[in-house]
Amino acid sequence: MMSHEDCRYLLGSLSEFVDGSLEIDVCAEIERHLAECDDCRIVVDSLKKTIYLYHASAEQASIPEGVKERLFRSLELDDLLPK
Amino acid sequence: MDNSKTRDGFSLAALHAGDRAEFARVVDTYYEMVYRLAIRMLSNPQDAEDILQETFIKAYRKFHNFDGRSSVSTWLYRIATNEALMFLRRQHPELTPIDDTYENDEGLEKPAHIVDWCCLPEEELMSAEAQAYLDEAVESLPPNLRVVFILRDIQGLSTRETAEVLNLTEMAVKTRLSRARFKLRELLSKYYGEKVAEESKP
Repeated sequence: MMSHEDCRYLLGSLSEFVDGSLEIDVCAEIERHLAECDDCRIVVDSLKKTIYLYHASAEQASIPEGVKERLFRSLELDDLLPK
Repeated sequence: MDNSKTRDGFSLAALHAGDRAEFARVVDTYYEMVYRLAIRMLSNPQDAEDILQETFIKAYRKFHNFDGRSSVSTWLYRIATNEALMFLRRQHPELTPIDDTYENDEGLEKPAHIVDWCCLPEEELMSAEAQAYLDEAVESLPPNLRVVFILRDIQGLSTRETAEVLNLTEMAVKTRLSRARFKLRELLSKYYGEKVAEESKP
């Protein structure tokens, strides 16, 4: 069974853990620890939420008016600007 | 197998020959992707537009060197990230570390803010004020962590693609991403933690 001293040791793996890219046995070890360590569980949840919020904000970002037209002009491709 | 197409479907022969129409198709397909990277890296619309133009000017000039081993998008990302990092280096020579001390996990700081803010309502998490704070938090990352975070978690590239763009090992990408995410988690926990405290006041 893992103790709180293991929190520190686990930190370096948590980013890959939330990506689901760790090997099964390491994952299982972390999950067992999370089941008994509130602090680590909060860290994992807030790490996931942080990534989620940036992901969501990326989808909202829009490109300012005129950027495309100015780019095509600077490349002397105005005649090929898609309608 | 048709060797004359790039992985993302452009005619390699036409691009090598400097074909304007094929190049315009590349620009139209990828200008938004390059602009989004640039605005996140530089946080200033005018600077982002300069990097956008510079990226495609360089791409057009260098297409004869493009060997098609990566996709056009990865290759453009490589030019754009170089341009953005060089820009930041010129702007703040003092900020860019010369050595890279991000190759191991030894220095990952112990989380300081442990607050459960995940249950805040979506409108609070995604408010305009919160959005501005999220942007500032990314800006506060050192450029070599910021670029990895943007490519992986905002632009959605895989670890392998990010490594290819930045000419890093996959291990280095994972380590830098982990550091960036933990720094952002810390900043967001501080910000949203205050909101949780406000809400729980009688």
